[in-house]
Amino acid sequence: MFVSLVKRPERSQWMVYLSPVIALAMTLVSGIILFQLMGVESGKALYAFFVEPITHKYGWAELGVKATPLILIGVALSVGFRANVWNIGAEGQLTLGAICGGGVALFFYGVDSVFVLPLMMVGGILGGMMWAAIPAFLRTRFNANEILTSLMLTYVATLLLSVLVHGPWRDPDGFNFPESRIFSDSATLPVIWAGTRLHLGWIITIAVVAAVWVLMSKTIVGFQVKVVGQAPLAGRHAGFSVNRVIWFSLLLGGAMAGLAGLFEVSGPIGQLLPVISPGYGFTAIIVAFVGRLHPVGVFFAGLLLALSYLGGESAQITMNLPLAVTGVFQGMLLFFLLACDVLIAYQFRLNMTRGAKYG
Amino acid sequence: MADILIAAILTIITAATPLVYAALGEMITEKSGVLNLGVEGMILVGAVAGFATIHSTGSAALAIFAGLAAGALLASVFALLVLGFQATQVATGLALTIFGIGVSALVGQDLVGIAYDGLPKISIPLLSSIPVIGPLLFQHDILVYGSFALVFLVAWFLKNTRPGLVLRAVGNSHDAAHAIGYPVIRIRYMAILFGGAMAGLAGAYLSLAYSPLWIENMSAGRGWIALALVVFATWRPWRVFFGAYLFGGITIFQLHAQAFGVGVPAQIMSMLPYLATIVVLVIISRDINKIKLNAPMCIGKPFHPTA
Amino acid sequence: MKINTNPFGILKSLPALFLAAAMMVAGTSAQAEDIKVGFVYVGPVGDHGWTYRHDQGRLAVEKELGVATTFVESVAEGADSERVIRNLATTGHGLIFTTSFGYMNPTLKVAEQFPDVKFEHATGYKRADNLSTYSARFYEGRTVLGTIAGHMSKTGVVGYIASFPIPEVVRGINAFILAMRKVNPDAVVKVVWVNSWYDPGKEGDAAKALIDQGADIITQHTDSPAPLQVAEQRGVYAFGQASDMSAFAPTAQLTAIINDWNPYYVSRVKALMEGTWESQDVWSGIKTGMVEFAPYGDAVPAEARAAADAVREGIVNGTLHSFDGPINNQAGEQVIGEGETLDDGVLLGMDWYVEGVQGELGGQ
Repeated sequence: MFVSLVKRPERSQWMVYLSPVIALAMTLVSGIILFQLMGVESGKALYAFFVEPITHKYGWAELGVKATPLILIGVALSVGFRANVWNIGAEGQLTLGAICGGGVALFFYGVDSVFVLPLMMVGGILGGMMWAAIPAFLRTRFNANEILTSLMLTYVATLLLSVLVHGPWRDPDGFNFPESRIFSDSATLPVIWAGTRLHLGWIITIAVVAAVWVLMSKTIVGFQVKVVGQAPLAGRHAGFSVNRVIWFSLLLGGAMAGLAGLFEVSGPIGQLLPVISPGYGFTAIIVAFVGRLHPVGVFFAGLLLALSYLGGESAQITMNLPLAVTGVFQGMLLFFLLACDVLIAYQFRLNMTRGAKYG
Repeated sequence: MADILIAAILTIITAATPLVYAALGEMITEKSGVLNLGVEGMILVGAVAGFATIHSTGSAALAIFAGLAAGALLASVFALLVLGFQATQVATGLALTIFGIGVSALVGQDLVGIAYDGLPKISIPLLSSIPVIGPLLFQHDILVYGSFALVFLVAWFLKNTRPGLVLRAVGNSHDAAHAIGYPVIRIRYMAILFGGAMAGLAGAYLSLAYSPLWIENMSAGRGWIALALVVFATWRPWRVFFGAYLFGGITIFQLHAQAFGVGVPAQIMSMLPYLATIVVLVIISRDINKIKLNAPMCIGKPFHPTA
Repeated sequence: MKINTNPFGILKSLPALFLAAAMMVAGTSAQAEDIKVGFVYVGPVGDHGWTYRHDQGRLAVEKELGVATTFVESVAEGADSERVIRNLATTGHGLIFTTSFGYMNPTLKVAEQFPDVKFEHATGYKRADNLSTYSARFYEGRTVLGTIAGHMSKTGVVGYIASFPIPEVVRGINAFILAMRKVNPDAVVKVVWVNSWYDPGKEGDAAKALIDQGADIITQHTDSPAPLQVAEQRGVYAFGQASDMSAFAPTAQLTAIINDWNPYYVSRVKALMEGTWESQDVWSGIKTGMVEFAPYGDAVPAEARAAADAVREGIVNGTLHSFDGPINNQAGEQVIGEGETLDDGVLLGMDWYVEGVQGELGGQ
């Protein structure tokens, strides 16, 4: 008796919504097994992971804080991935956004004006775009693969930030420690939920999700991106410029990553540090795919990933589970989520005989 | 001066060897049309498995094999997901890295702080006593020799053997390969396992020879560099080798330059390997047709036999 | 020779006393069960360096006082740390140690929101009524290492593997070469920055590069034992960092600076239990046992041991300071003269090299 995958005649609309639920159920089951094996009370551990972080107002707000960069970058990257443009250097673009936007904040230190914050956002966006423009230029002009260039530029960006924060941008009253001044109030994102850290960036992120949705489903640009990604030849025949799609995808990704970096430094961090992001630019790639490259999917995937990070912290605090367990558990969660998507286009069939060619 | 040069080159060889293994393995995986971004995770499980085995058995051979097997085992999870369940390769690879970091840290909890002398160096009789060339080429541990051999083998395999040809065919057009009757899925399985095994060897080299110890996350991003090197090399084995030595070489060069007292901030010096890789890629990428010749066309695309 | 002038040192050599203390605590109050202590770590517990040593301190608190502890590891110094610290504060932790410089502002923010919870931040300079700071004068340890190096280096060149150009690291480099030059006025230290706190491969490569350029002693301000392994293989000497690393370099390790947070953590948790906890600024070194040393390696000759012991004694007695003048800067200009000593303010923000250091300090 064998199990084989058989393509459905058409995509199952049911499974679009059901498969994440199945994946979560399977994660819970294997989580129980994992925790039992480790001698941990599995009910308590699962509660710590998925429920405890959001049992209070502050937790809900933190979910938004943590998800903001993941969703913002993930949604922009998903556009590029649809076009087969492999920007995996969003982390570096985020860092440049933090540098440029944060640089504006330091330049206008002590200036109390409503224009500082918008200017910082422009700086963040331009910084990220500038960093993404390098791979775009090298790809379209010299045919250099953007996977390599964007990744390598991430390391360069981190070192650049390090030079600045260890040197010229140090807080003059900070005993030469590697931190900038704390930004003035006018350079800090307003909190939108009193008593928490949820900031304006969350609203903007939701707006960006909506905008990308419209862009991809209703405009000619979105159509071009999809065509060039799926059938470059057909795209060329239709007169779509592949190079223009490459530029567009990379610049959009860079802009949003840069904005996310600026949100981090002018929101929850409030100053420039030697390291701004714990890998949001890379995690956002997972978020994009777990969200099936669809803006709404990315939104929920970002929240789920954010929850799993908060859950990892709470499992350490209330259960004394080492961080390594969180990694294993997160990995399993992602495996199930990614694997269950197969149910949308395929179904499993039991073959009583070994008739099927690939049984 | 000559002594410094020889010593520096020896350092470059140890720095490049893990990159050679991991990148060549990944190159074979990609040649079959599959992109596995989980190299960092596979290196780490290889490293911890190798070190755990040397600690418990004392056998270097077993430890090397354990590293190889652990890398392949983790890769088989990836293979099952992307081939069996058609999961997205990019995301599954990244998830594999998260998983691998976690698993290796969990397994390695009790291995922190334990010392090992490192793999023995094997001097090849006669040859190793030749001045300059002897110490450079013939006084290494088994894994360094293995990395030399691997480049030849992979290059020969891809160019001159039938399975190599089939592998490339599968990577270039899975539909055509399937139509001719090649078992696309099975070939990709093997290629993924090979990639994992080589990443595992890279890990074993880290924890048994490069710096013989276990520390969480000790690969420190080498898996990512290996991935970049495959692209850098435009999927050609000798260029992978060249790229690994270029990257390792510039890294070591900048350390030497710092020790020499060059008046440039250390962070700027540390940017050199990354910038140099970009510059060289730009130079060698200009001939688009040559790249197309070697790049697997089906990379990243899922395959399901419809016939 | 062991210097037993510090109260913690005595306690440590007499475990029975600790036991008695622990029993007393257990006997006099039920507080041990009510108190939870939280720790926030910047790296994984398994880094065998900075975080590992703090975790040893946490375990000492559990063992000696019977107090429940919690730790959160690998907490990024960006946006995440404030949430983690706050979550510890809201889950019944009465005292929270945040063990990396980058947690300074988040710790202060949370401390303002939770006046009833006590906080202790390592290596920072911002304090409040419920926020202490503590740090160790590791540079005192470097002075001892430099003294040994002065006696033992034949080439007069020491290789120094450094992480990031922050005052803490620069201070250590300067203290080392100042002490070394007192023994060997021509000695120099070559510095290689690896831009990482731990990357065993790169640290080892840096050690090799330094040895290839004539260094016959290696010392480091990074976490992993890889440089010591390289020293062992190459037949040169080295100093361990944060822990006794002699297991990795049985002949090469001359001694090691040991970050010993155990007595400090135990004393602070005890103060909390007894209701005597007060906000303070602690920057202590060899005298209180916060900076300890591994036993001398066999290779260290009697003369070097005697000199090193004398330096330790001098530091403990206060007759000697790591930054006693005369001190010249890298360019050879005198900064302070004979009879003067650099004060803590200068040391805290040190961002310049003294004479004898080779290489450029980036970013200035």
